[in-house]
Amino acid sequence: MDGIHDMGGKQGWGTVEIDPEEPVFREPWQGRAFAMGAMSMGLSGTNLDAFRHGLERLHPLEYLNDGYYGRWLKTAELLLVDSGVIAEGAVDAKARQLAGETVPDPEPPVLNKPEYERGGGGSLREIDTPPAFEVGQTVRASSNLATGHTRLPAYVRGRTGSIVALRPAAVLPDATAHFTGEDAQHVYTVEFTSEELWGEDAEASTLRIDLFESYMEVVS
Amino acid sequence: MSDGTKTDVPSIELRTEALEAILTDAGLVNADGLNGLINRFVNDVGPMNGASVVARAWTDPAFKEQLMADGTGAINEMGFSGPQGEHIVVVENSDELHNVVVCTLCSCYPWPILGLPPEWYKDPAYRSRIVREPRTLLKEMGLDLAESTDIRVWDSSAENRYFVLPQRPAGTEDMSAEELAAMVTRDAMVGVAVVDAAS
Repeated sequence: MDGIHDMGGKQGWGTVEIDPEEPVFREPWQGRAFAMGAMSMGLSGTNLDAFRHGLERLHPLEYLNDGYYGRWLKTAELLLVDSGVIAEGAVDAKARQLAGETVPDPEPPVLNKPEYERGGGGSLREIDTPPAFEVGQTVRASSNLATGHTRLPAYVRGRTGSIVALRPAAVLPDATAHFTGEDAQHVYTVEFTSEELWGEDAEASTLRIDLFESYMEVVS
Repeated sequence: MSDGTKTDVPSIELRTEALEAILTDAGLVNADGLNGLINRFVNDVGPMNGASVVARAWTDPAFKEQLMADGTGAINEMGFSGPQGEHIVVVENSDELHNVVVCTLCSCYPWPILGLPPEWYKDPAYRSRIVREPRTLLKEMGLDLAESTDIRVWDSSAENRYFVLPQRPAGTEDMSAEELAAMVTRDAMVGVAVVDAAS
């Protein structure tokens, strides 16, 4: 989906400050949000791709304003509510109760974990189909805009590059994030020139990105 | 807050506490489990792991050869594995080529060797600009590369994780792997800094 998360090449964000003294977690709640975010995938019967898509499904203002671990917490809530592990509104009600408000708990949820076939743990898979492309080929990234989750960022769509490596096959995030199956595919590292991506006045550099087989077509 | 009237939207800290309370009451998480995971990433998994990999690659040519050919295998053999480390590819910096890593879509990062990503890596400014104007941004971040050094940016868009092998600084020939590891910074292993023997 074309969301706030797809940041490559966007302009106007200012500069980057490095804090050499940065702790792993600045505040205790951030560690707890991280841990619950990590556990929420198993607890909700979902997966890493659904979690990443959950981050993208947050409202853009929430995505930015809640900060990194705020996003993790909101996404944990989202997956747990989707799967009926916790009730919609339960976290809000509990938070208000903790603050001393008198608010009722919502009705208990009905468990609704997604049902889909998994081919194993993690994301990498052995597949029987031979790779459709080979190193050295010129390919074009698809211009098709996925409305759901995808790992094809906007800035490479429709651009032409060359394959520099074949990587281990992996489950297709576009499928697993929506529990429609795994659709494991070959993954390739594709190199693009900065001129191809950003125009002839671009600063000279090359960009390498990992693309799933169905994200590309051969340039004849 | 305690008079029972409706307040503003609860803070993110309070929401975190609320979710933990709900999941704890449901028997789905417990404090020991959460603390264990937090402590692992605060104390046991971090850039010191990656630094030991780099120092060994600098001092052990056979290991370096293995590391470049099969990053995941070589790193697993050093005892570093886990989530976000399913397939690790090591890319080597030189005078001719500088590698730098980003995840424009989220925050993909090689956890087993670098721990959790720092704030700058997750900053919209880094995620947006490093793919478009890497030389300018690296300079703003304190790394002024020679014009003759090409820049290659790796966008971690799938499950491969990229790990930068920085250049060994001159004048460190007599140093042990332990002394070298102490100089290797997280930022150098992502590619926004170089290893400086003076620091």
